[in-house]
Amino acid sequence: MSDVERKTFVVTRFDPDRDEVPKTQSYEVPCQPDWKILDALNFIKDHIDASLSHRWSCRMAVCGSCGMNVNGEPKLTCKVPISDYSDTIEVAPLSNFPVIRDLVVELEGFLEKLEAVKPFILRAKELSLDEGTTRQTPEELEEFKQFSMCINCMLCYAACPVVANEPEFLGPAAIALGHRYSLDTRDEGAAVRSEIFRGEGTVFSCSYANECSEVCPKNVDPAAAVNQAKFNSVIDWATRLVLPRGGEK
Amino acid sequence: MVETLRHDIVIVGGGAAGLRAAIAAVEADPRVSVALVSKVYPMRSHTVSAEGGAAAVARDDDSLEMHAYDTVKGSDFLGDQDVIQYFVEEAPRELTALEHWGCPWSRNPDGSVATRAFGGMTTKRTWYAADKVGFHMLHTLFQHSMRFERIVRYDEQFATKLLVEEGAVRGVTALDVREGVMRTILGRAVILATGGAGKCFPFTTNGNIKTGDGMALAYRAGVALKDMEFVQYHPTGLPGTGILITEAARGEGGRLFNSKQERFLETKPEYGVGSKLELGPRDMISRAIIREVQAGNGIKGPYGEYVHLDLTHLDAGLLQKRLPFVLELARTYVGVDPVTQPIPVRPVVHYMMGGVDTDIDGATELPGLYAVGECASHSLNGANRLGSNSLTECLVFGARAGRHAVDFVSGVGGVDEGRLRERADQEAARVEALRGKQKGGEKLVQLRREMNQAMEEGCGVYRDQGSMRATVETLAQLRGRFADIALEDPSRVFNTELIAALELANMLDVAEAVAIAALDRRESRGAHACSDYPTRNDQEFLHHSLVYFEAGGPRVDKKDVTLGTWEPEERKY
Repeated sequence: MSDVERKTFVVTRFDPDRDEVPKTQSYEVPCQPDWKILDALNFIKDHIDASLSHRWSCRMAVCGSCGMNVNGEPKLTCKVPISDYSDTIEVAPLSNFPVIRDLVVELEGFLEKLEAVKPFILRAKELSLDEGTTRQTPEELEEFKQFSMCINCMLCYAACPVVANEPEFLGPAAIALGHRYSLDTRDEGAAVRSEIFRGEGTVFSCSYANECSEVCPKNVDPAAAVNQAKFNSVIDWATRLVLPRGGEK
Repeated sequence: MVETLRHDIVIVGGGAAGLRAAIAAVEADPRVSVALVSKVYPMRSHTVSAEGGAAAVARDDDSLEMHAYDTVKGSDFLGDQDVIQYFVEEAPRELTALEHWGCPWSRNPDGSVATRAFGGMTTKRTWYAADKVGFHMLHTLFQHSMRFERIVRYDEQFATKLLVEEGAVRGVTALDVREGVMRTILGRAVILATGGAGKCFPFTTNGNIKTGDGMALAYRAGVALKDMEFVQYHPTGLPGTGILITEAARGEGGRLFNSKQERFLETKPEYGVGSKLELGPRDMISRAIIREVQAGNGIKGPYGEYVHLDLTHLDAGLLQKRLPFVLELARTYVGVDPVTQPIPVRPVVHYMMGGVDTDIDGATELPGLYAVGECASHSLNGANRLGSNSLTECLVFGARAGRHAVDFVSGVGGVDEGRLRERADQEAARVEALRGKQKGGEKLVQLRREMNQAMEEGCGVYRDQGSMRATVETLAQLRGRFADIALEDPSRVFNTELIAALELANMLDVAEAVAIAALDRRESRGAHACSDYPTRNDQEFLHHSLVYFEAGGPRVDKKDVTLGTWEPEERKY
């Protein structure tokens, strides 16, 4: 294709074996007009500087690997076009995460948070395969479907002002995914998760900034999930106080 | 010295097949310890990109026999019928298990699981969750796996070698990408679940991680790669990027048109899809598109010629509900709104029917070694896979191999770890020597590009003896040139250049097996279409191909096809 445009990428570099603190490095990249930010990073890696490290795989906005800060905003770099930006583009690792190397951030904390919300179907008695599939109407599916669309790209954690101040905060994606199971008609674990959500550093830490939902590339709306989980936790708690045996049926 | 970790079963790969194997193993025996080793976090695995659905008989107007026959016919009679029979029987149970674990399958108004039409399938038997089925299955499996403490994850650890001692596999060596150190992960069984090798080709739906790692590990350990010549070209990829536009788009009513606004699958019976039209099998539709372009009926674009996939006659609400990802992908990556405009598409490398040769248990000829998912060839798919059989395949055979491995390890005793440690130290030294290797005259990117080009030229939708032979020669040279590679990055932590070099070495081995097997099959069957041998030749070639890694170069062998209910007949739709 013609119409190559030269752009300057100012990329954050950090190698823990060599650098005390992150630094930046500039690269002049001849960009095709239909490129995404990720294409430019791959061009740098292949043709200018083989030592640049970044994660990527599907390049179709579903594997969630390539989240980075672009001009200070968390973006899925395989999804945002270069044409959205001026001649100089800053690419940095996602905020609010420890940096492993260059544009690669630490995800272990998120994996622990995800595990903590019990992101699976909880039932008193597990279903047997001989019973066949469960009935779930399209309306019942709609109740939780949106929250199941999270690709774990971590943009919401990078945008969240609470995560910035309180790294232990469960955070938008983990809460949305836990709440997604509580809303599922096949699940009986809502009370267990409400208990988790009443703990410190969970839903009540949220300050309603709504940044998570604004940056989400998949329109999951984690802020709504956090709000609903908060409401359910309160209701559940109140029910337990008022009704014998915690309102269990 | 290299650190040693010990488990009962080591699974390499954390996509649908690897996760299903891990869950099946700990369900079969809650005392068993499973290491799940993956070069990426499991939710990044390429299963995530599968879109259209997973096949299993669900409706009253369907039958196991019909699913089996469709699969046999789709395979161009190269699928093993005992494997296919087991697959169709287990398929509904496996998809039901996913349902019980929370997979958000799309539903009929009465709450039952909905099914859609797919290519080569007689009736609607493809279960779906809108058009992000792989994504939902992967996340369901991954999140469900978090229940089990006995599944120990080793995320971002790149397996470099199988450790074999006394004629059996005993574990793997793996590079911890993040720490930059090598580890030995021992287990009395190893299950490879690393996916396919689409990145051998320049134009593919596959993500960057699909580099044939498990195939190469098994191949170098002396296990045959089977039916590697059968590379599936999906008919509808976006020009430029190769991003997949799911077959479900045609399942929901999408039509293909050439530059003359002609629905060529309907007007030209020679393409062989009969009344199935756009729901013909993938091999036939990809050939039809190539022939349209060759006949001058393609539409010219900056990335070559393409045809149109038209959804504009379908209801916008239906598209938003059933195919929201197709809308997002077309709008984001080619600037086309499928509600009002046709989508440009062209055939694109999508799936390897071939893989590590296994039996119906997923077991290879090397005791203790299993392979599942796209990395394996259980002979389910033969010469052409039907769309939506592969996600189900990951579950059915992942589960079976996981259970079988549990039985296997209970009968295996200890081994002299000293010998294994010696091998692991040698392997660590090899990888260390490659890291930032300065001496050499070859560049990684250049070698990769030449491999990609050779594969496109010799192993395309249509092949001939001349181009395949040239590709075989080029690949042999490239493998030699790889020894002289020079790298630039000597750093320890998250050295992705080193990973890319290890991946390239894997791809070169796998690519060579593909080309050698292709050259050897002088007939046209399924996805292997030779312009100089245009017909199927059951007399000489009704067999699986095997390629063995040997010091003097690959050796080709063959293996019988298991027939059964259906004798080979002309494949007409």
